[in-house]
Amino acid sequence: MLQNFVMPDLYPAAPEIFLLLMSFLVLFVDLVFGATHRWMAALLSVVALLGCAAITLVTTDGQTTLTFGNMFVDDLLSDFLKLITYFAVIMMLIYGRQYLAERGLDKGEFYLLVLYATLGMMVMISAANFLTMYLGLELMSLSLYGLVAIDRDNPRGTEAAMKYFVLGALASGLLLYGMSMIYGATGSLELAGVAQALYQGNTEKAVLVFGLVFLVAGVAFKLGLVPFHMWIPDVYHGAPTVVTMFIGSAPKLAAFAMALRLLVYGLFGLAVDWQKMLLIMAVLSIGLGNLAAIAQTNIKRMLAYSAISHMGYMVLGLMSGLVGGQLDPFTAINAYSSALYYTVAYVLMSLGAFGMVLLLSRAGYEAENLEDFKGLNKRSPWFAAMMLIIMFSMAGIPFFIGFFAKFAVLLAAVKAGYTAVAVIAVMFSLIGAFYYLRVVKLMYFDAPVDSAPITAGLDLRVLLSLNGLAVAAFGLFPDAVMLVCTTALMRSL
Amino acid sequence: MNSQLLSLAIWVPILGAVLVFAVGSERRTLVRWLALAVAIAGFLVTIPLYTRFDATQSGMQFVEQLPWITRFNVWYLLGVDGISMPFILLNSLITVFVVLAGWEVIEEKQAQYMGAFLAMSGLMNGIFSALDGVLFYVFFEASLIPMYIIIGVWGGPNRVYAAIKFFLYTLLGSLLMLVALIWLFLESGGSFSILDWHQLPIGIKPQILIFIAFLVSFAVKVPMWPVHTWLPDAHVEAPTGGSVVLAAIALKLGAYGFVRFSLPIVPDASHTLAPMMIALSLIAVVYIGFVALVQADMKKLIAYSSISHMGFVTLGFFIFNQIGVEGALVQMISHGFISAAMFLCVGVMYDRMHSRMIADYGGVVHTMPKFAALFVFFAMANSGLPATSGFVGEFMVILGAIKTNFWLGFAAATTLILGAAYTLWMIKRVVYGPAGNPHVAELQDIDGREFLVLGLLALCVLLMGVYPFPFTEVMHASVDNLLKHVALSKL
Repeated sequence: MLQNFVMPDLYPAAPEIFLLLMSFLVLFVDLVFGATHRWMAALLSVVALLGCAAITLVTTDGQTTLTFGNMFVDDLLSDFLKLITYFAVIMMLIYGRQYLAERGLDKGEFYLLVLYATLGMMVMISAANFLTMYLGLELMSLSLYGLVAIDRDNPRGTEAAMKYFVLGALASGLLLYGMSMIYGATGSLELAGVAQALYQGNTEKAVLVFGLVFLVAGVAFKLGLVPFHMWIPDVYHGAPTVVTMFIGSAPKLAAFAMALRLLVYGLFGLAVDWQKMLLIMAVLSIGLGNLAAIAQTNIKRMLAYSAISHMGYMVLGLMSGLVGGQLDPFTAINAYSSALYYTVAYVLMSLGAFGMVLLLSRAGYEAENLEDFKGLNKRSPWFAAMMLIIMFSMAGIPFFIGFFAKFAVLLAAVKAGYTAVAVIAVMFSLIGAFYYLRVVKLMYFDAPVDSAPITAGLDLRVLLSLNGLAVAAFGLFPDAVMLVCTTALMRSL
Repeated sequence: MNSQLLSLAIWVPILGAVLVFAVGSERRTLVRWLALAVAIAGFLVTIPLYTRFDATQSGMQFVEQLPWITRFNVWYLLGVDGISMPFILLNSLITVFVVLAGWEVIEEKQAQYMGAFLAMSGLMNGIFSALDGVLFYVFFEASLIPMYIIIGVWGGPNRVYAAIKFFLYTLLGSLLMLVALIWLFLESGGSFSILDWHQLPIGIKPQILIFIAFLVSFAVKVPMWPVHTWLPDAHVEAPTGGSVVLAAIALKLGAYGFVRFSLPIVPDASHTLAPMMIALSLIAVVYIGFVALVQADMKKLIAYSSISHMGFVTLGFFIFNQIGVEGALVQMISHGFISAAMFLCVGVMYDRMHSRMIADYGGVVHTMPKFAALFVFFAMANSGLPATSGFVGEFMVILGAIKTNFWLGFAAATTLILGAAYTLWMIKRVVYGPAGNPHVAELQDIDGREFLVLGLLALCVLLMGVYPFPFTEVMHASVDNLLKHVALSKL
C-alpha cells in the first residue's frame, strides 16, 4: 500500500498549513501565558492571518493548480477570496478587541475558534471535491456554533447557538444527501468529474435534479436565502456583537465560493434548473428581507434581515450567467463577477455597520437598539457621517460602493432577460431605503437619549473611519475592485 | 480640447463643502465666511462657461472625457450645450444667495448646513453637465442625500415626515430610470453615452416603456400632477435655504431630464404620448392654480404656484415648437430667480415672526417699507407682469401653444389670471391693510445683507424681463437642433 503513496504537492495549500501550525502555537501560548497575558493570543492570531496573506500573495501565480488528488484547487479566485477573508477576520479582531476584553470573552478559545473557522472557510474556498467542500463547511460551522455560545452565561447566546446548530446540522444533512445523489448519478465526487459527466449527458436527469434540489437548499441555508433564512435573525441577535460581525462578514465569502464551486464549476450542466430555483429564492429574499427589516427595533436584527435581502441581490447576479439556456462566456463571467463584487462590497459594509454597534457599546452596555443611534450627530458628527455613508451605501445610493454593487447585478440580470425581476428588485430596494433612512433620521434628526461619551479605543475609531471612507472611496473609484473581480473569475473558470 | 471648467464647477463646491465640514460648527464666523468664499468661487468658475460659450454651435461644448468604470464602459463625460449651460450659472449663483440667507438664522450645526448646500450645488452642476447615463444617475441620486439632511435637521415641526417622503418619492422615480438606463446600455451594444443614445433606433413599444420609466422619474422631480404631493410638504418644512434650492434648482432637474433624455432618446413615444403630457401640464397649471388660491400658509402657496409654473414648462416642451421650448427654458430660469426670491421673502418674515400663516400678518408695509417694495415686485413677477422675467417665458409658451391649437393656448393663458389672483391676494392680506397684530407693528425692516440678496435677485428678474436676448441667444442653436432631432422618427 505504502509504495503507492505519492506525497501531494503541499505548495498550493501553504496558507492553510501555515494557519493550522499557527493555531497550534496560539493554543500553546494561551496555555502557558493565557492567564497573565491575554493579548498574546490575539496578537498571534492577527500575525497568523497576516502571514497567511503574505503567503497567499507570494504564491499567487494566476495558474490553476490541483493537488491532494484533485481535491484541492488553488486558483486566482481562491487567492482573491482568501485575501479578502483574512482582512475581514483581521478587521473583526481589531474591532472586537475592546468589546471582548470588557466582557471577559477574550479567552484563548475565542481566537482558536476564529482561526479554525477561518481555516474552514479557506478549505471551502479551495474545494474541488464534494468531500473537501463538506470538510471545510463543517470545520467552519462547528467553530461558529461554538463562537455564538462563547458567552455561556448569556441565555440568549446559548439559545441562538442551539438553533444555529440544529438548523445547521439539518442543512449539512441536506447538502450531503444532495451530494450523494449526484455522486450516484455521475459516479464522481470531483466537481470537474461531475461537470464532465453532465457534459457527456448519459446521466439520469431525474436523480440529478433531485440531488440538485438538496444541494441548492444546503447552499441557500449557508447564504441565508428565504426560505432557509430562519436562523439568521436569531443568531445575529443572540450572538455577542463581535461574533455577529464575524458571521455577517467572512463566511459570506465562503458561502459565495461554495455556491460558485458547486453550481458553476460542478453543476453548470444543470444551470437552467438551478437558475430557476435561485430566481425564486432571490426574489423572496429581497422581498422578505426588506419588508421584515422595517419592523425591527434592534439594529442587529435589522442588519440580519438586511443581510438576507443583500444575499438575494447577490444571487441575482449568480443566476444570470446563462441567457435563455445559451452559454456566452462573456455574459457568464460578467454575471458571476457581479455577484462576487456584490459579496465583497457587502462584507465591507457589513463590517462597518457592526463596527458602529461596537463603537457605541461599552462595558456593561450593549448599544444594539436603534434608539441608541438617536442624536449621534450631536455626540460625534464624524462617526454619524461614517454611519450615514454605510447606511446610504447599503440602501444603494451613489456615490458609495453599495450602489455600484447593485448596479452590476442589475445589469447582469437585465442582460439575462430578467428585466421584470430587476424592476421588482429595485422596487424592494425602495422599501429597503426606508429603514436605512430611519437610521440616518435617528442619528441626525432626533435628540440623543444616551449621552454617555463614546469610550471606544483609538484602534476601533481609526479602523471604523478607514472602513467608512473605504465604502465611499470604492464608490468614487469602483473600477479597480470590479476589474480584480472580473480578472479573478476569468482566470479561474 | 479638454477644458476643466465643468469639473471646477462641480468639484470646487464639493471640496469646499468638505473643508467647511472639517472646520466644524464651533467656529461660526470662520465657517460662514469660508462658505461664502467657496460659494463665490464656485460661481466665478462658472462665468467663463458663459463668456467662452459659442452660441452658434448646437453641439456639446467644454467637453471633458476620462475613463471611470472601464468594466461597463462608463465615462466621466461632461459637456454642456445651450440648454444646460444657463442652469449651471443659475445654480451657482443661487448657492451664493442661499449661503447669505443662512448667515445668522441658522444657529445649530452651521458648518453642516453650509456644507450640505455647497455639496448640493456641486452635485447639481454635475447633473446638468453629465453626458454619461450612469454619471448623470449618480449625481441625480446623490443630490438627494444633502437635501434629506437639510429638510430633516433644520426643517419645521413636521420635518421628519417631509424629509422621508421627499426621499422615497424621488427615489421611486429614479430607480425605474436606472432600469431604463441599463436597458439602453444593452440595446446600444454597450454604451452609456447619452449622445449615442440620441442616435439609437428603438422600436415603438420599448420607446413607450422607456418614456414611462423616465416619466415617473422626472415627473416626480418636476413635480407634475398627480405626483406633486411631496413638494408642498417638503417646501413647508424645509428651512428657507432648502426651499430656495428646491424651487430654484431641484425642480428644474426633472424638466431638464425631459429635454436631455425623453425627447431626443424616444421621440416617437414623446409624440405619441404628447397629448397625455399636455393634459397633465394643463391640470397642473389650472387645477393647482386654484389649489394655490385657498392656501393659508405662504410657503404652501408658493409651492403650489411653483407646481403651476412648472406645468407651463412641461407644456412648452411637449408642443414641439421653437418658441414653446425656448419659452419653457426661459420660464425655468425665470422661475429659478422668482421662486428663490419669494421663498427668501417669506424667510425674511419667518425669521422675525416665526409664522408662515397669512392670517398672522397684515400691514407689513407700515413697518417694513423696503421689504414690502421688493416683495410686491417679486409677486408681480410671479404673476407674470410684463417687463419682468416671469412674463417672457409665459408669453412665449402661450404663443407656442396658440400656434398648435388656439384652445390650448387659451387654457394655458388662464394662468395669467390665476397666478395674479393667488399671488396678489396673498400680497394684499400680508403687506397692505392695517397692521394685523401688535407683533407686526414691532417688525424691523430688512438689513443690508437681506437687501443685498433680494436686490440682486430683483435686478436679475428685471434684466431678464426687459432684455431676455442674452438668455435666448445661447439656447437658440441647441433648441433648434433638438427640435430637428425630435422631428425625425427613430422607428
